[in-house]
Amino acid sequence: MSIMQTLVQTAARFKPDADPDPLIASKKYVGRALDRVDGRLKVTGGARFTAEYAPDDMVYAAPVFSTIAKGKVRRLDTAAAESSPGVIAVITPKNMPRLVTPSLTDFAKLDKIAASNLPVLQDDSVHWNGQVIAVVIAETHEQAQEAAARVRADYDADEGMVSFERNKDKAIMPKDVLGEPPEIKIGDAEKNLKSAPVQVDATYRSPYYNHSAIEPHATIAYWEGDDRLYVFDSTQWVEGYRNSLAHVFALNRENIRVMAPFVGGGFGGKAGFWWNTILCAAAAKMVGRPVKLALSREGVFRIVGGRTVAEQRVALGATREGKLTALIHTGLTVTPDHARYAEQCTFPTRHLYATEALHVAQYVVNLDMVANTWMRAPGESIGTFAVESALDELAVELRMDPIELRRKVEPARDPTKDTEFSSRNLIEAYERGAAEFNWSSRNLQPRSRRDGAWLVGHGVATAYYPALRFPGGARVRLEADGTAIVQAAANEMGMGVATGQLQHAADRLGLPLHCVEFDYGDSHLPTSPMAGGSCQTLSILAATRATVEKLHRELLKLEQKDSASPLKGAKYEDLVARDNGLFLASEPSRGVSYVEILRKAGKPYLEVEGVSSAPMEMMKYSMASYGAQFCEVRVNETTGEVRVARWLGSFDCGTVLNPKTAMSQLRGGIVMGIGMALTEEMLVDGRSGRIMNRSLAGYHVPVNLDVPRIDVLFNDIPDPQTALGAHGIGEIGITGVAAAIANAVYNATGKRVRDLPITLDKLL
Amino acid sequence: MKQTLTLTINGKSYSDEVEPRLLLIHYLREVAGLTGPHIGCETSICGACTVMLDGMAVKSCTMFAVQAEGRSVLTIEGLAQNGKLDPLQEAFWNEHALQCGFCTPGMIMTARQLLADNPSPSEQEIRHGLEGNLCRCTGYQHIVNAVKAVAKAGGA
Ligand code: FES
Ligand code: FES
Repeated sequence: MSIMQTLVQTAARFKPDADPDPLIASKKYVGRALDRVDGRLKVTGGARFTAEYAPDDMVYAAPVFSTIAKGKVRRLDTAAAESSPGVIAVITPKNMPRLVTPSLTDFAKLDKIAASNLPVLQDDSVHWNGQVIAVVIAETHEQAQEAAARVRADYDADEGMVSFERNKDKAIMPKDVLGEPPEIKIGDAEKNLKSAPVQVDATYRSPYYNHSAIEPHATIAYWEGDDRLYVFDSTQWVEGYRNSLAHVFALNRENIRVMAPFVGGGFGGKAGFWWNTILCAAAAKMVGRPVKLALSREGVFRIVGGRTVAEQRVALGATREGKLTALIHTGLTVTPDHARYAEQCTFPTRHLYATEALHVAQYVVNLDMVANTWMRAPGESIGTFAVESALDELAVELRMDPIELRRKVEPARDPTKDTEFSSRNLIEAYERGAAEFNWSSRNLQPRSRRDGAWLVGHGVATAYYPALRFPGGARVRLEADGTAIVQAAANEMGMGVATGQLQHAADRLGLPLHCVEFDYGDSHLPTSPMAGGSCQTLSILAATRATVEKLHRELLKLEQKDSASPLKGAKYEDLVARDNGLFLASEPSRGVSYVEILRKAGKPYLEVEGVSSAPMEMMKYSMASYGAQFCEVRVNETTGEVRVARWLGSFDCGTVLNPKTAMSQLRGGIVMGIGMALTEEMLVDGRSGRIMNRSLAGYHVPVNLDVPRIDVLFNDIPDPQTALGAHGIGEIGITGVAAAIANAVYNATGKRVRDLPITLDKLL
Repeated sequence: MKQTLTLTINGKSYSDEVEPRLLLIHYLREVAGLTGPHIGCETSICGACTVMLDGMAVKSCTMFAVQAEGRSVLTIEGLAQNGKLDPLQEAFWNEHALQCGFCTPGMIMTARQLLADNPSPSEQEIRHGLEGNLCRCTGYQHIVNAVKAVAKAGGA
């Protein structure tokens, strides 16, 4: 840590707390299960996704993928493609515009966010199997596809490093993991482990996973002159894409506009800046026409990376009473040198449990693969699989109920950050969940319940994801008729951002819901952080809160020019916003409507832009969402088939903005976790580095019949450190799921599977 | 090599010169300008492209446009009548059976087929009937609830 960082952290710790957000107590729309605002558009086919814009004169691009993992393209034969009907151009490194090499995500600045820092089609080198080596542009989609199939490549192949198994010995410790130290030691965990009366020491494995959002990545780009670029893109972060494009094409940021009004799911796969966007913009530049590059499903598997494979060791030393004396969690993941993203699998362990000694450490092996990237709850999803499985193993050793064990290891302070928790009610989530799920009827003894050919078991695990906030901006425009528009560059991939932010804005402004609009999905709007890491909701809430405060202060100033004003002499702190205007908190009858203030001031509208403060609260406190995942599984004794029969997620994630959208988010996360546990796995050919199952037929996303009814409970306890007391909830649903299933499978069968996905062969 | 394709979509007749290799989904989206049906895989797995063909739900990436010659197609755009949503559309919205909405048009079409075949399906039958349509966002349950709600109210 630099001296500067240390100073800031120290300052943050001594900074007095701001009062909790007063709106927590007086919310009206927030907390209600309102229907989503974009629902009508989405059920009528009226919501336009990226690939559906149709600028005049548009042409189509189709990429050609490499079939080796490492080496050079010796000869690229494009003649047949060039003479194929409808072809306008074939782009290769020879004629590709010269571009600046993209920059990897810098977590200190968080502006540019390329997933890989390889030059894009600038030379003949190949770095992964599936890398784009040429792009065909043609008048129609079919013509482009046909011509792309006619491009022939000869390679000088090097022996690439693609096998995880064979290259584990080349693991290194990364410099940092998302800006945090790769290794933390408190006390001597190995020594404590050896002397502990009860010990668990096991290795947990998980495969490569793919986001598989149902909308494949798509871009439409066009230029105005040489220096103005317009891009529709299925991105999770319009602004990050805008900045990254500006960097790569050496343009001013203001000259680029990135728009993503509707995005068909992302889950992290559309946050990093990938080649398809760059190639599309470059193609549009070359041919001087709008270009559409809509990746095929295979294309997504080939050029957009997913979650890394992982091997994690968790070792626990405990007393007979269930107190931890040692907690060791080390993780080995894959990242290519051009991505340098060590997935933060040890992060949950850094903040979850009380232990006398702790050791966490992360290692990576650099393989010649497509860049790995964030996928829903990166780190925490696989990390909780390891640590929550291990905790269950410890409970078995202790012959203790696993929830009782969670009580014994509940910490008073964050174990590595050594700060207080802003709001942590994990045990309450366990208790509410246990009552609802009827946990007490579970058998401690494995393999003790059956239903015909099916062995029945129950499992539980902790869910965990940090509550993150980034500074951001918002613009609020109040119209003379008393309606308002709130604007932020935010992205809506379906989570319900627009709906939740509207509920908040209406409450914050004291306006009826129908008088407020929320504009988003456009890089021309005020800066917002990415729709990722569950940070967007919290960040925009804080930005809107700051901006509305600014608006109210300006309105008060305007109003106080009127000497007969009912708010004469009032200070901002005396006011509440309600019933379409500002009122004195102490004298509810004294107030004035927004319409009246603007009328008196002779203003057709008032528009202000604000920014939220730096997230000092994240330094002062340990801030996170928690949960308890309960499940019942049935394992067929003859075939080994695992079916999830019942699910309950009990969550502690602050104030719930809208239970309808929130429950759906969490259920979606839980289902992705069921896929992670039971069906999903990207298979990489250990010789060629080719992803073998690069289709939805080969990569098994859970279908409707694979999942049971899923119940969700909320503590709904506000976090005093956040706007509205809320947390983002996009990631937490998936965390703990795979462990809960593995634990239930153990309870059903007596077999501990430490290797995901839990397929039949592992149970026979 | 183009040939003339004449068909009815959402009650309107269309006639276009198309290549025989053009898939029905690409015809609908790129030629007819109906972008409600989506493309999630182009290999008949995800169901995002589902439309009704002569009253039967089909995955429109699985057939050529010319195979629809003389036939009648219903896409999501043709479901609401005079601005009034169809009961399934209402229910998908009310029950929050969607997040990103990318699977929704196809899901609604398959649900329509399901209810036509079986007007009062059990939860398990709904899950079975919709297993050819992937949704990565919602966790499926709200979709099941929406179909149940329509069945209970007397069908689509
Ligand atoms: S696009 Fe037709 S089934 Fe997926
Ligand atoms: S709502 Fe996004 S795929 Fe179903």
